Amino acid sequence: MYQSNAWQPTATITMLKARAQLLRQIREFFYARDVLEVDTPCLSLASISDPHIEVLTSQTRTLGQEVTYYLQTSPEYAMKRLLAAGAPSIYQLGKVFRAEEIGRRHGIEFTMLEWYRLDFDHWQLMSEMDDLLSCLMGQAICSERLSYAQAFERHLGLNPFQASLEALQQACHQHTEFGLEENDRDTLLELLFATVVEPNIGQQVPCFIHSYPASQAALAKQQIDEHGQAVAARFEWYWRGMELANGYHELTDACEQQQRMQQEMAERAQHKQVWRQADERLIKALEKGLPECAGVALGVDRLLMLLLDQEHINHVMPFAGANV
Amino acid sequence: MASYSTSELRSGNKVMVDGDPCAVLDNEHVKPGKGQAFNRIKLRNLKSGRVWERTFKSGDSLETADVMDTDMEYLYTDGEFYHFMATDGSFEQHGADTNAVGDAAKWLKEQETYVVTLYNGAPFAVQPPNFIELEVTETDPGLKGDTANGGSKPATLSTGAVIRVPLFINIGEVLRVDTRTGEYVSRATGK
Repeated sequence: MYQSNAWQPTATITMLKARAQLLRQIREFFYARDVLEVDTPCLSLASISDPHIEVLTSQTRTLGQEVTYYLQTSPEYAMKRLLAAGAPSIYQLGKVFRAEEIGRRHGIEFTMLEWYRLDFDHWQLMSEMDDLLSCLMGQAICSERLSYAQAFERHLGLNPFQASLEALQQACHQHTEFGLEENDRDTLLELLFATVVEPNIGQQVPCFIHSYPASQAALAKQQIDEHGQAVAARFEWYWRGMELANGYHELTDACEQQQRMQQEMAERAQHKQVWRQADERLIKALEKGLPECAGVALGVDRLLMLLLDQEHINHVMPFAGANV
Repeated sequence: MASYSTSELRSGNKVMVDGDPCAVLDNEHVKPGKGQAFNRIKLRNLKSGRVWERTFKSGDSLETADVMDTDMEYLYTDGEFYHFMATDGSFEQHGADTNAVGDAAKWLKEQETYVVTLYNGAPFAVQPPNFIELEVTETDPGLKGDTANGGSKPATLSTGAVIRVPLFINIGEVLRVDTRTGEYVSRATGK
């Protein structure tokens, strides 16, 4: 991939000035709200258990010993360890890394804004995100809020919790020619969401999708919604066809967290994915006690793309793609 | 059997889908916020020419299709097969049936070079050159002087193809034709 003549930046200098201003405004926003900036390490001795995210690693020798460092995919575990150790509400603005395909909206390295608010639930956090965006845009923004079920009913005419497996397979097949032999409900739901729902939400104002199926909780609490349905206290933020942020009313139960981690590691093993050291220090921190909080991770480069009307993520980063 | 991972497929790769050889035109990575990643792959079915999109889980594999494009010169037809010979000096010959030749049949001219697609070593598609020069064997008499104004008339060419030509064209003239659209381009120069 390396070429000696690919020396130039992939963003214009004008774009980089806008980027610098955005970073400054974000810091001012949190400073004004008394949220503490932290910068946890990029390199960690352990990593996440998520079966769908691949991690970059780096090998070196330290004190005569071969050591594998994992590049952080998000500062989530480290920030929660800080919270369990008594930190107040905190935010981090920094680089994260994923061993993924690069493309129009994906880079292997990107800038993430992640923050945790003590004693917030995810509804309060969504409101604060609207405040942040209003501040960045200089105009009042009020995002739409749709539950996962409402979004499916509106754009696919089916209820994601009640539809039979066969109905999901048929719907998936109709839209993508995939799915007749897929027996995993979440896989079918995720594909339907990505191909049918996502392009149709948040076109005018941004849209929060909340109350995900409990099986897609990741690191969120599980709750019973007003229809008696078990859902995850998780939300995602979509704007003009782009996924911008993913947040939770954070799971604080160490046992539940440990079960989910073990289940994900088992899933990785079952699919013969590369083994990695899952960071069990998160469990230890939860055992010590994670305060009630809500947290969210936001893709800063993607936000910049939307604010500046850029089609490609490379155009808002100093160096990207084959120029890094 | 060799195979490609769906996440590694690139434009130009040839793979088997639903039992037919297909050419990959585009591969878009679909990654939900959390969860399974997919690849949305645009394909051209090399048998039917149909272009469509299929979605696969990232990491699933697709069998490679043993498909090769070869330049071949058209020799003759025996009524059942159309015979071609490789132009790479190997003199390798192949007989293509009417299915394989398809619409290209009306553009087959001896000593002209075609792209013959071999699938498992046998021809299954024939693509004519974009432009071909053919003689008019039948058409109404030409109208002298009418070289500019729009009118047209049908003309039968030496291969049997019937195309619309300007009114001034006569039997025996050699025309340059666009095989993709079946349209008259000009009178042939040279030859």
